[in-house]
Amino acid sequence: MKHRTFFWFFLPTALAMLIFIAAPIGSVVIQSLFVPHEAVLVETENCGPFGCTKSVVIDQEATAELREAEPLGRFAGLGIYLDRGHLAFAEVSEAWTTSQSIGEFFSDVGDLPFYRAMAFTLTYTFVVTPLLIALGFVIALAVNSLNRRIRGFVIFFSLLPMIVTPLIGSLTLYWMIDSRGVIGEFIQYVAGSPDLSLKASTPLMWIALMVYGIWHSAPFAFVVFYAGLQTVPQDTLESAQIDGATRWQQTRYVVLPHLTPLVTFVALIQLMDNFRVFEPIIGFNASAHATSLSWIIFNDLSGETNQLSAAATTSVLTIIGVAILLSPVLVRTWRDFKGKA
Amino acid sequence: MLVKRLLLAGAMSLMATAAYAECGVENGRISIIGNEFPAIQTVGAGAQECASDTVEVKSNLTADHQKLNVAGMSGNPAEYTTAIIANSSIVALMNDDLIRPLDDLVAKHGDGLSKNQLITIDGKVMAVAFMANAQHLVYRKDVLDELGVEPPKTYEDMLGIAQMIREKGIMENPVGGAYAAGWNLAQEFNNMFLGFGGEFFKPGTAEPNVNSEAGVKALEMMKALSEYMNPDFLTHDSNATNAEYRAGNVALMNMWGSRAATLTTADGVPQEVVDGFAISGPMTVGGGSTPASTLWWDGWTVAKNISDEDAEATFVAMKNAIDPSILNDDGVAIQAVWLIDGYEPTAAATGVFDAANKGTIPYPTFPYMGLMHTALGAELTDFMQGKESAEQALKDVEAAYTAAAKEKGFL
Repeated sequence: MKHRTFFWFFLPTALAMLIFIAAPIGSVVIQSLFVPHEAVLVETENCGPFGCTKSVVIDQEATAELREAEPLGRFAGLGIYLDRGHLAFAEVSEAWTTSQSIGEFFSDVGDLPFYRAMAFTLTYTFVVTPLLIALGFVIALAVNSLNRRIRGFVIFFSLLPMIVTPLIGSLTLYWMIDSRGVIGEFIQYVAGSPDLSLKASTPLMWIALMVYGIWHSAPFAFVVFYAGLQTVPQDTLESAQIDGATRWQQTRYVVLPHLTPLVTFVALIQLMDNFRVFEPIIGFNASAHATSLSWIIFNDLSGETNQLSAAATTSVLTIIGVAILLSPVLVRTWRDFKGKA
Repeated sequence: MLVKRLLLAGAMSLMATAAYAECGVENGRISIIGNEFPAIQTVGAGAQECASDTVEVKSNLTADHQKLNVAGMSGNPAEYTTAIIANSSIVALMNDDLIRPLDDLVAKHGDGLSKNQLITIDGKVMAVAFMANAQHLVYRKDVLDELGVEPPKTYEDMLGIAQMIREKGIMENPVGGAYAAGWNLAQEFNNMFLGFGGEFFKPGTAEPNVNSEAGVKALEMMKALSEYMNPDFLTHDSNATNAEYRAGNVALMNMWGSRAATLTTADGVPQEVVDGFAISGPMTVGGGSTPASTLWWDGWTVAKNISDEDAEATFVAMKNAIDPSILNDDGVAIQAVWLIDGYEPTAAATGVFDAANKGTIPYPTFPYMGLMHTALGAELTDFMQGKESAEQALKDVEAAYTAAAKEKGFL
């Protein structure tokens, strides 16, 4: 394609990407560098059904003037990035100097919101992603070997977890794992302890969230792999069979290599998705045990606090996190591309 | 069939005209955002009566209202023309200058509103309150009678009775509490902290002051109570706690007045739970005389960024929704402690009245209280799970609050 043709061909896409992807990211970055003006407070008397009390309110006229002068707010630079709610460099270095052992250091750092969220988010991402790929692959192989007549029916049912709205799916599971729910009672019966409660234990809650994550995302991997299985070259498979390859060997040496690019694709999408884990934490009411960067953003934006700058900073950190997470896959794709060229 | 339908349509249109005539709103848009509990649902339905061909009425009543109202009123014109709020949540709307003073509308349409319904801030009427609320004791009279004990007046008594109930084998986890991580847990801390005589901020400043003796004692009492709760307590909000009570698993709990009256009216509540249901005032703690609870009002506001016509329509419709005539319905009268003219306290209101009479402190209205509440909700969970000490948890609260208050320009 000529450069000129390519330019006109690509222009609408480039414009759309600029407006819908680059501009919002730019706006979030700017927001994260500024904080609201210093609050101008005035003493007032507030009266209501329980009598009058002295209190303070924000002086709206003075605030309006400040806003007029500097519409973006006070420039904070990287101040918000470094505060306790985010990277907390000061708190981390203090923990390093004051703690007696490595264990104590990690427990101190784990007490900070950002690192606590990262601990869960990374564990979740790296446990859920491989397991859901494996499960999706197994389901795809199983469905592929089914009789054609029942296949459509089974595919529909295998897709259900993905069709269910994440919040609804997690709420359903939340009630099932309740100490008086179906799964909760079953676990108590198996463990032989009637006091066992999944929701009261951090490790069990983490496991429940991860099981939910695998259940919810496996259908995505399944659909992609199932589509891939339809394109496996039959000649190669047949020659493998003639050579006496077992079913396992056929899968290992013919099917899997053929599907490798799809595995990369699913891993890429799911790493990104799982890093942004959010709905199950809300659905499971699990914020006492597990938080994620997305949950922090949600919490910062609640009406009573409305910390836009803090939320913007966490958003930028999420983008950076996703970029780091995807870099190995992206580098590999780039190399493949260069190799082909 | 067709005749029936025609008749029905005719009846509906007649009702609509009647409501239109009653309401006195001719044009405008009314859009409500608010919490969802029985009394607010009544108010929302009351405003709906003003809907006609020329008047649009929408309402969005949800437990997540505080996450929506600021954003929904910031635009111009605002999506929501009125927010039903409480004394805590009006602060966020005031901070961002999103609600208009109501003095002119009160002068024009305010007949029948009593003075103590008008919430004045800095001399201007900013909201119209329609009900009072407080958390107080709800208990099972039959269970306490079986043990031969009086309902607890203090949290220490509550612990003692809980111990007796468990030892007798009547209930395994007799204490209920809305201790869900986040807003609810922080609110239970607030109650206990005020009961121990704590002050959230150093006088005259926005500096935090919760890492104190009162704070530690409050946390220790909460921990002691949680030993008698369902082990899942950190996931139980008011709704889940009420469900535990309805199921007959709980004998003693601190519950909102606004939810108490209708607690046992749900389907499938066992008869002994319905019969044994009883209400008492809020409890004190640590030998103090101020109840470990807070006083609340709920009321409505009018958005700033809307046309005068919409503001007037909203005011009239919302005033219609809290018209004294709604109290003629007995079901409505017991839903809350109404601040409306002509309200006669029902048995369900004793808890809230007792709270007001005993000098319970109203929930603080400092512009930075929301930040403190959020910090408490997020940072106290480690202590409640036994992962860290009370002092460390309160130190974390102060650090989290300070970071947020610095960002928002309060420190």
